[in-house]
Formats: sequence, C-alpha cells, structure tokens
Amino acid sequence: MIEFLIPGVVVSAISFFIVIFLTPPLIKFLEKRKMSVPDMNKKEHPMVVRPGGLSIICGIIGSELILYLFFQMNEIIALIITTTGAFVIGYIDDRKVMRGWFKPVMLAVAAIPILVFGTYDSNLTFPLFGDVQIPALYIGLIFLIIPITGNTINSIDVLNGVASGFVTISSFSLTICLLIIQNYEVAIISLPLGFVSLAFYKFHKVPSRIFPGDSGALTLGAMYGSIAIIGGVEIIAAIALLPAVINSFLFLSSVKRIVEHREIKGKPVEHTEDFKLKATNDSKAPITLVRIILAGGPLSEKAVGYAIFKLAIFSAILAIITSFMMGVKI
Amino acid sequence: MKSNLYGFLFGMWLLIILGGGILVVIIGPINISGFGDFDLIINSGIKAIIAVTLVIIWILILSKLKNWIFRKEIKS
Repeated sequence: MIEFLIPGVVVSAISFFIVIFLTPPLIKFLEKRKMSVPDMNKKEHPMVVRPGGLSIICGIIGSELILYLFFQMNEIIALIITTTGAFVIGYIDDRKVMRGWFKPVMLAVAAIPILVFGTYDSNLTFPLFGDVQIPALYIGLIFLIIPITGNTINSIDVLNGVASGFVTISSFSLTICLLIIQNYEVAIISLPLGFVSLAFYKFHKVPSRIFPGDSGALTLGAMYGSIAIIGGVEIIAAIALLPAVINSFLFLSSVKRIVEHREIKGKPVEHTEDFKLKATNDSKAPITLVRIILAGGPLSEKAVGYAIFKLAIFSAILAIITSFMMGVKI
Repeated sequence: MKSNLYGFLFGMWLLIILGGGILVVIIGPINISGFGDFDLIINSGIKAIIAVTLVIIWILILSKLKNWIFRKEIKS
C-alpha cells in the first residue's frame, strides 16, 4: 500500500492546484467574452460566468496523465477519454441549447472507451450476497451508468456550490470505500475527482463566482460513473449518490418524461421578500429535492446547500457501511 | 421534514441490498443450455427481462414509499 502513497499525494496536489490556479483566469476570460447568466437566487440577479468545465477537465486530465507515468493502466486512459467526451458533450450543450435526448444518448457513446479497453468486470458485486455474473447484460449496464451519473450530477446543480460540494463528499467517500475493499489502484485514480471538486467549490460556493455549466457537471458525473465501473463498485457508488438519485427520481416521477430543466413551465422554488427560498404552491411545478427540503419553511440558499450536504454525508456513511458489508456473506 | 428524507434514503438503501440479494440468489444461478451458440444470448435475455422487471417493481415501491413519506409536502 505504501507504494501508492507518493502517487496519491502527487495527483491530489496536481488536480487541486490546477483548478485553483486555472479558474481565476478562466473567470476573467469568460467575463471578457460576456459568457455569463443571471444568478436568479440573489436579489440583484448578479451575472455569473459559465461554464467552468474547462478548469475541471484540465485538472482531471493533468493529474490522471501524471498518474499514468506512475502506473501504465488502461483504466486511466479509458477514464480520461470518457470524461473528456462528457466534457465535450456538456460544452456543446452549454453553447447551444440541445434537445432532451442529446445528453443521455451522447453520454452513452462516451462510455465506449471503457468497453474498448476492457476496463470493467462483468461480475456485479452486492453486499452480503456476493457476485452475480451478467457478462452480456453488464455491457448494457455500462451504457446506462455514464448517462445516469452524468445527468444525476447535472440535475443537482441547482444552487450555488451544491454540485461541486456534493461531488466532493460523494467522491471522497467512494475513495474510502475503494480503500476498504482494498482496490488501491482505482482508489488513487479516484482521488483527482474529489480534489478537483473541492478546488472548484472554492469558486462555486455561495456567492458563486463561476458556474460549472453542463460541461462541468457532466465531466464530474461521467468521471464518477467511470470510477464506479472500473473499480467494480457500482452498488457502493449508487448508494453514495442517493440524494442526487432521489432528486432525479422525484423530478422524473412528477414530470414523467426526460426533459431539459428549461422546458419545465412551473418553478419548484420561489423567493420570499427577504429572498430566502421557499417551496412553490404551483401544483404543475416539478417535485425536487430542494422543494422537499423547503417544505418545512423558507431557508437561505446556503442553508439548503448545507441540508443537501448533510444528506450526502449520510449517504456516504451508508456507502462506507456497505463497503464493509462486501466482505461479509450470508 | 428532514428526518423524512433520511428515512427515504435509508429505505432506498435497504431496497438496494434486498434487490441485490434477489439478483444473486434468484437470477444469478439461472443457466439454460441446449441452444448451442445461443446459450449466452438466451441466458442474458432472460436475466435482462427479470432484472428490468425487478427495477420496475423497485421504482413502483419507491413511488409508494415517496407518496407515503412525503404526502404532506407534495400536497403543499
């Protein structure tokens, strides 16, 4: 395990500092190009630049390439290509409004490198019960996992700092789980995701200086899904992601179709006079995690974000318990 | 309210573990032979149908659980 210590520290530092140093000039560049949108949850509707996906993907590619110098693993190459593919898909959606089907379908295409490099294990491992062999079925699962994780993270990117903060918690818990099940190589590969998210959170937290955009959210989500596949921790990863899964589930079960957020007519959240967030009374508005959190009464944007982070920490604990249960069979 | 969300999360976690048990105990051992080269495809097809059915049942249970836990909030 000690041989993983130096690469682990190196890639963590590189991924973190690339984002820390690259994001401020990116903010200035985007400001000059007037690539900004109003922050609707603030009283003055200040303009916030987007997309911040470029600094996120640079942090990921830079650190993973350095890691490749330590370990020549196909897993790293597959992860870089799939994650970069997700970034490109998100960037296209950032620049041009695409139809609802575009992101899920294209993210499925982005998963192809995982298949081509054979960086997956077709045995699906469950806690307490062991493995189930689904060789042909698992290939279909690969094409589902990347679109699901990508869109799930994208759908939780609704308030300042939530997407980056949420991925920080989920990905670090996934790294801990990988260490518990002694998959050290993939644990090291997963480290940049947590550190990139943490670094981006510095600029994304309330009040945001930059939004990740679809390019940032899909990059984080696709990398999370790729780690789940190459690490063979699909179930654990799903558990760590449960609050975001609940958000997507509530949204889809109320809207009953795959649509872009901008296509939804009713807004799930309104503002009080002092610009706190409150749940809407509009019966046509979709049900979301934020709306459910606000059902107890109005809260500030920061408080809603912290409520989501607490749910993420609870899920992270469940994921860690699950990883210990992987070693137990009944 | 927030405790309801934690309860829903915990319920989802239990359903995932239970679903995993069903997959491993029931679907895993299914093995049909006698179709030559088509054995793998037929086995996978049957497993896929059962798995999709389980996922649909899982979603239906979650919907019931959601309506039960968040009844007041959803009405508001």
